[in-house]
Amino acid sequence: MTLFGIPLDTHPIWLTLQVAAVTTILLLLIGVPIAWGLSRMRSRWRVVFEALVSLPLVLPPTVLGFYLIIAMNPNGPLTEFLGRFGFDGQLTFNFAGLVIGSVLFSLPFMVQPMMSAFQGLSEEVLDAARLMRAGFLDRFFTVILPLSRQGLLVGSVLTFAHTVGEFGVVLMVGGNIEGQTRMVSIAIFDHVESFEYAQAHLLSAVMVIFSFATLVGVYLINRRFSARLG
Amino acid sequence: MFAGNLTLTVGEFRMASGDFAFDSDGVTALFGRSGSGKSTLLRAMAGLDRQTRGQLRFHDETWQDGRHALPAEQRDIGMVFQHAALLAHRTVRGNLDFAARRAPADRGAAIDRDQIIERTGLGPLLDRAVGKLSGGERQRIAIARALIGKPRVLMMDEPLAALDWRAKAELLDLFETVIRDFGIPTVIITHAPAEVERLADRVVFMSEGRVERVETLKEALGRVDSPLFTEEGPVASLDGHVEHVDGDPHRLRFVTTPQTGTGQPVTFQLGADGSTTEHGPRRLRVRADDVALARKRLDNISMQNQLPARIERIDTSAPGRRAVFLTLEDGQRLVSEVTDRAVADMGLDAGQAVIALVKSAALAR
Repeated sequence: MTLFGIPLDTHPIWLTLQVAAVTTILLLLIGVPIAWGLSRMRSRWRVVFEALVSLPLVLPPTVLGFYLIIAMNPNGPLTEFLGRFGFDGQLTFNFAGLVIGSVLFSLPFMVQPMMSAFQGLSEEVLDAARLMRAGFLDRFFTVILPLSRQGLLVGSVLTFAHTVGEFGVVLMVGGNIEGQTRMVSIAIFDHVESFEYAQAHLLSAVMVIFSFATLVGVYLINRRFSARLG
Repeated sequence: MFAGNLTLTVGEFRMASGDFAFDSDGVTALFGRSGSGKSTLLRAMAGLDRQTRGQLRFHDETWQDGRHALPAEQRDIGMVFQHAALLAHRTVRGNLDFAARRAPADRGAAIDRDQIIERTGLGPLLDRAVGKLSGGERQRIAIARALIGKPRVLMMDEPLAALDWRAKAELLDLFETVIRDFGIPTVIITHAPAEVERLADRVVFMSEGRVERVETLKEALGRVDSPLFTEEGPVASLDGHVEHVDGDPHRLRFVTTPQTGTGQPVTFQLGADGSTTEHGPRRLRVRADDVALARKRLDNISMQNQLPARIERIDTSAPGRRAVFLTLEDGQRLVSEVTDRAVADMGLDAGQAVIALVKSAALAR
C-alpha cells in the first residue's frame, strides 16, 4: 500500500491493533477482579499489592522485558510449568509473547481507574441491592459494573492506547520479526535506523493523531460523566 | 418476634446490644441519641456487616449464630436508608424493576405493584432518571422499591432525617398509612420523639451501644422520666380517626378508638387543618402543658374540649410540677401538667373523677 506516494507496510498497524485489542479484553477479565479485590481489601498488605500492580508504571520496560524472557524462554520456569499441562508451544517472539508482555505492562492502566471507580461506589447502594436479594455476582454485573462504567471506559481506552504505544517490552519479548512481531513503534525505529524518514514520518503522524484522539476521547468521557453526576 | 444478643464493632464504636426480644408485628422504633448504636444494631440485624457476632432469631429462623450468619440477601428485608440509596444508573421504573425481578413470586399477592406506585405517587416519575429528583421523591421511590420486593420485615434508618419539614410531613403520612395498610412488620430508627409517637407500637430504647429496655408506646409515655419527653414536657398519644363535622371541610374532629370493651369513643374538636384529607386511623398528640383540670364542666370558656377522666396517678415531673396521668372514657391515657400548688388546692388524688380541659390538640406530626 502507498499513501501520499510513500510505500506503507500495513502489517505492523494491524498487528498493533490486534495486540492492543486482545490485551484490553484480557485486562478487562484480569484487571477488573484484581481492582475489585484491592478496593475491598482491609489488610495492611494492601499497599504491597497496590505497589506491585503499579510497578510497570515506574520500571524501565527493558527490566520487565528481561524478566519475562527469563521466565518465558523455551527453558524458562513458566514454559516448563505450562509444559506439565501438555503445553508445547513457545511464549516468546510470537503473538502470545507480545500479548503477555503487554498485559503485564498495561496492568496499572486498567487497575487504577477501576479501583478509584470501585472506591467511589456508595456502600449504602450496594447494601440496598443485597437486601433486594441480589447475590454477589448479580450485584457485580447489575450494580457495581454499571455504576463503574466511567472507570471501565477510561481503563479500556488507556490500556488500548498504552499497548499501542509500547516499545521496550514488545521489542524484548516479541522480537522484531518482520511480518510476525513487528509492531508500529518498532517499525518506526527500524525506518529511522535505515534512514527511511518518509515512512517514519508517515507512521509517526498516524501515532500522533491516534494518541491525541484517544486522550481527547478520555477527557470527553470524564467530562460527560462528571456533568451527569453533578 | 426478634430475639437475640448482637455485637458489632465499627471503627472505634462498639455495639453490644445485650439480650433483647420484641414482637416484630406493627411498628418498632429504635430510639436513642446520636451515637447510641441504633444504626449499628439495625445493620447487624439486617446482616449487612460481616463482623457481626452473637445470636439473632426472627420467629423460628436463626439469622445469626456466632460467626455464622444468614446472608443479608436471604433475609427478606426491605430497607429504606436515610439517603434513599437509589441505583443511579437506572430510571425510577428501573429501580422498582430491580426489586420486583428479585421478589419471591409465590408470596404476597396482597402487595400489588400498581397499587404501591399509586400510593407513593410515583406514576408521573416512572421514566425519570433518579439523579435530579428531590429528597422527598427519592424517599418515596425507596419505600416503593422496598415494598415491591415483598419483604417480611421493613427496616428504615432515619428515613426522614435528611428532608425538609414539608417533605417530612408528607412522608410521615405516607409511612403511617402504607405500613398500616400493607401490614408489614417495621423497624424504624429515629431520634425524633414525635415520629415515635406517630408511628410506633413499641420502643426499643438504646444508649451507649446497648438496648436499655423495650416498652410498648403506652408504657413509654406512661412514665415522667421517659426519654421520649423533651423540653416540652410529657405528651400523650391517642389512637383514633379524623372526620369532618357535618361535612364542613373546615371543621374537623378526632374520634378516639376505645381500648376496652366497655369504653366509649372520645371526641376532640380540632382546629381547621386543610392538610388533612385522610380519614383513616390517625394518632392525636396532646401535650401535658395543653391540658388543664377542673372539678366540673365549665361554661363560658373558649376551651371546647372538656373530657371526663379519672386520675390514674400523680407523679412529680419537674421541681414544683406534677404530671397527672388520666384515663379517658375510652380507656386511653391523657396527661396533664399542673403545679404542686394546684394539686394541693384542688385536693387532687388518684382515683378521682375530673374534667380534662384540652386547649389545643394536634394531629401527631
